[in-house]
Amino acid sequence: MKTLTFPGSYSSLVKIGEFVTQAAKSIGFEGFELYKIETAVDEACSNIIEHAYGEDNFGEIDISITTNPEKITITLTDYGEPFDPEYVKQPNLNTDLQNREDHGLGIYMMKQWMDEVNFMNYENKNILTLVKYRKD
Amino acid sequence: MEISTVEYKRCDVVKVTGRIDSASAPQLHEEFNKLMEANHFHIVFNMVDVSFISSAGLRVLISTQKNCKRFNRGELVLANVPENIRAALDLAGFTALFKIFDSEVAAVGNF
Repeated sequence: MKTLTFPGSYSSLVKIGEFVTQAAKSIGFEGFELYKIETAVDEACSNIIEHAYGEDNFGEIDISITTNPEKITITLTDYGEPFDPEYVKQPNLNTDLQNREDHGLGIYMMKQWMDEVNFMNYENKNILTLVKYRKD
Repeated sequence: MEISTVEYKRCDVVKVTGRIDSASAPQLHEEFNKLMEANHFHIVFNMVDVSFISSAGLRVLISTQKNCKRFNRGELVLANVPENIRAALDLAGFTALFKIFDSEVAAVGNF
């Protein structure tokens, strides 16, 4: 397992993306499947910064990655307010432009593009686990 | 992320190189807002060199499109959308809300 701690800042997103994609590439993820993982982690971290910490650069995000030939498991831990993505309403994607809502899209993309998304709050920590299986 | 804007007779072409995430999306929003404040509402967004777009970037596109289309005064159209980004637009249900052109020339010619 590899773990790195990043400042909970939007300016960390590039480095977080590099950390995660490098690990995913090491077990053969590429192209669009790799892009899906990068998107899910970016959305998860943006949510932590915006909702759990409430502002940029307020706390840290621990990211642990385990890989085996079948799957990558990415665990994101923060120490902010409990924030369960399950409770975020899914945006209506069929509505017209004027009624299109601004929020909920990131979580929707995360759920659609990962195989498993699990959230728990444990000892004042938010722990979000994202899993993606290799297809071939 | 780098942004360049070229003004044509009938529209402006905005081009971004790099990632559009929560860190860089506000910069893109500001660029579109600058154009709209100058009453430029016919905008082509050339995405050929966009490597990544998160929901923060998608929100900028929606907000800009709403503003451009108000009073029928214009439109934001997309050009040269890379495959991964096209998939993100599809997933978000954006393909019904934006015209997407295969080339910048076709997008500019639309106006």
